[in-house]
Amino acid sequence: MSVALVPLAFLIWAVTYPSRALPMLAPGIERLPSWAVTYLRLAGPAALAALAAVNCLLTADKPPHLLIGIEPLAVAVCVLVVTRTRLLLPGVAAAVVLVAVARAVGVAA
Amino acid sequence: MSGGTAATTTRADEPAAVRESRRQLTRDGLAISAYALPVGLVFGLAALQAHYSFLDVLANSTIALAGGAQFAAAGLVKDGASWLAIAGVVALVNARHLLYSAAVAPYTTARSRRERAVMAHFLTDETFALALAHFRRIGSFERRGYWIAAMAIFVPWTIGSCLGYVVGGAVDTKQLGLDIAFPAAMAGLSLGMVSGRRDVAAALGAVVVAVPVGLAAGASFGLVAGALIGPCLGLAVPPSPNEESSAPETPEPSAEAGLP
Repeated sequence: MSVALVPLAFLIWAVTYPSRALPMLAPGIERLPSWAVTYLRLAGPAALAALAAVNCLLTADKPPHLLIGIEPLAVAVCVLVVTRTRLLLPGVAAAVVLVAVARAVGVAA
Repeated sequence: MSGGTAATTTRADEPAAVRESRRQLTRDGLAISAYALPVGLVFGLAALQAHYSFLDVLANSTIALAGGAQFAAAGLVKDGASWLAIAGVVALVNARHLLYSAAVAPYTTARSRRERAVMAHFLTDETFALALAHFRRIGSFERRGYWIAAMAIFVPWTIGSCLGYVVGGAVDTKQLGLDIAFPAAMAGLSLGMVSGRRDVAAALGAVVVAVPVGLAAGASFGLVAGALIGPCLGLAVPPSPNEESSAPETPEPSAEAGLP
């Protein structure tokens, strides 16, 4: 069995791990100024929102195009369900079902 | 910190708030697992198409453990890109982990360097979202909570990746709508971290920045730009009353902490 891409896994780890570890291992991180602490707190919802946006609003083409279709609607439905229920799974399930049904009946690609 | 006594504290000794928060964490972790398995399956399929071997898939999902970056890498491998280019793209995509780590860091200062070094390997998007929400709810670090959050993504992601590779094209994930699970979950998790108008501004600002930058320069650039600039937009907005004290150590009101 080939292991040709196992070194690639280590390479990905090598460029990922420092960003995961350095702030946790660097001393004095807790003495950041308040604006920096606030920035870092805001980075969470911002990064996750950006992840959601690029994954549902952009196509996988190169260069990407704006995706107008069932996917952004499904994510919006998920957000709505999560807002009402305060639970993630029903929101994700609603989005998946919506997309599956839309594709099954041919109203979405 | 509660994690400091985790080894000797029995369940009965734990504050009810910690147990309740951990139950919430477990429920949300199961939701993460429920989508991580099929998304991992999709990665296994992508890896198959990029001519990975089974061991390559296993190594990438356990050693790299980098979700979206693994997808990007598989696409680049399929396109014949150099490993230097792959490393550059992965570093850019995963630069956001610097922010995650820094946000979690204030809770982990009492832990040993070795423990923090091991924990850092598992600090994915999902682990960050689940663990930080748990720490905010209880106002401190909790070792068991962190590992519940980490395993909620690591185990199903690894199993899903391997399963996807093995079953090959037997499952049509797109037809089943499973490709929407990842962005939907990210949106839901983001919403769960919103506790005031600054969070809303940061999240919406990130979207407003990420999409046009992504269209112009690629999705990875859009993602990083949104993650970096969104919080700046949040800082520009006056805080709502419950955001006045914004230090990570400050627990959120329980009514706002029902989600990661």
